[in-house]
Amino acid sequence: MASVTHSFMKLFRGPSTVPGQGVRPVSTTQRLTRRSSGLGAVSRTLQSEEPICVLDIGSTSAANIRYLTQRGHKIYSEDLLEASTDPALITKDEQGQTILDSRRFLADNLVYPAAQFDIVLCWNLADYMPESLVKPVVARLWSTIKPGGMLLAFFHTREAGPDAPCYRYHIVDNDILEMQHVEARRDLRRGPTGVLHTSIEKSFRLQRVFNNRHVENLFRDFGSIKFFLTRDNIREVLVVR
Amino acid sequence: MDMPKTGEFAHIGKSVVIKGELSGSEDLYIDGTVEGTIQLHGNNLVIGPNGQVRADVNTKVVVIQGKLEGNIRASERVELRKSAVVVGDIVTQRIAMEDGAYVKGKIEIQREAAKPSPAPATKPELQVEAKSAAAGSTPVTKQ
Repeated sequence: MASVTHSFMKLFRGPSTVPGQGVRPVSTTQRLTRRSSGLGAVSRTLQSEEPICVLDIGSTSAANIRYLTQRGHKIYSEDLLEASTDPALITKDEQGQTILDSRRFLADNLVYPAAQFDIVLCWNLADYMPESLVKPVVARLWSTIKPGGMLLAFFHTREAGPDAPCYRYHIVDNDILEMQHVEARRDLRRGPTGVLHTSIEKSFRLQRVFNNRHVENLFRDFGSIKFFLTRDNIREVLVVR
Repeated sequence: MDMPKTGEFAHIGKSVVIKGELSGSEDLYIDGTVEGTIQLHGNNLVIGPNGQVRADVNTKVVVIQGKLEGNIRASERVELRKSAVVVGDIVTQRIAMEDGAYVKGKIEIQREAAKPSPAPATKPELQVEAKSAAAGSTPVTKQ
């Protein structure tokens, strides 16, 4: 499994950030809509009158905050992709390869009491997060979800291709999402001669493609898993602790 | 709520650094650095674009353009402008956010949030119990 995973990684791996430089995602204004069966399944819990705790992992979304708080729920917002670009996380493994320090990452992020959340909205995090952080993050998420709680995650299929753009998902309705492209940021910098240059920071790049077996393995500590296939090369996965 | 006119708000300027408990019964605009706690029951707080606040905040309305690390309890509303960076929990009746605002923490809406204890009926006063005032500036005490 590890060698198969590694092969996929070699196809799609690209540095999501330039080492030593943090990336602040900048979203464009253009948004697409898509119907989400996974969100529809989660929405049954969101419609409950009982207030619940929801963790939204993604850049701060006013739409999601509004949608959830209007229904009386508490929302915790934490942008893990942005946090993964912290240059202080860069370290080397036993083979001397550059990786991100997952212990340090989890010391600063996802610090919650056990069994806190009824729902975790993971979106496309696993597809774009650096390899060394994915499994530790999922393990931490497992511990923060209440028994019976749910986690919704999106995974690209192989057909999506290595340049599949990174989207931020905004909840519009029970099963409708708006997708906002998280684009590369253009920075204006003054060169040594005083001339202004435009530099393009690299945006988040698809790190890997999970097949069904990989997804099942990733969430093996969860009690149940459900797949929703869609037409836009996204596989929606709903797991229950 | 735009940059308040001088005279409507007590003003902590860009170069001012305050560490300690900050309390008062008038509106406050912070464009400097504050560490500690901020208690402005029934009043408004604006953190300007240069403001760097590391404090728990208890007010009626908070408008954030700069950075706040700490928990916010606003009895009426919280407004986060596109340059706002908030690390901490927010409890309020209403929240308005511009695209680009960053929040890491909990957001909880409490209708008819716990009303702040009424301020004593005295003249507007801003008090600062500070461990150290900004170098080169007069203490921020207004009567």
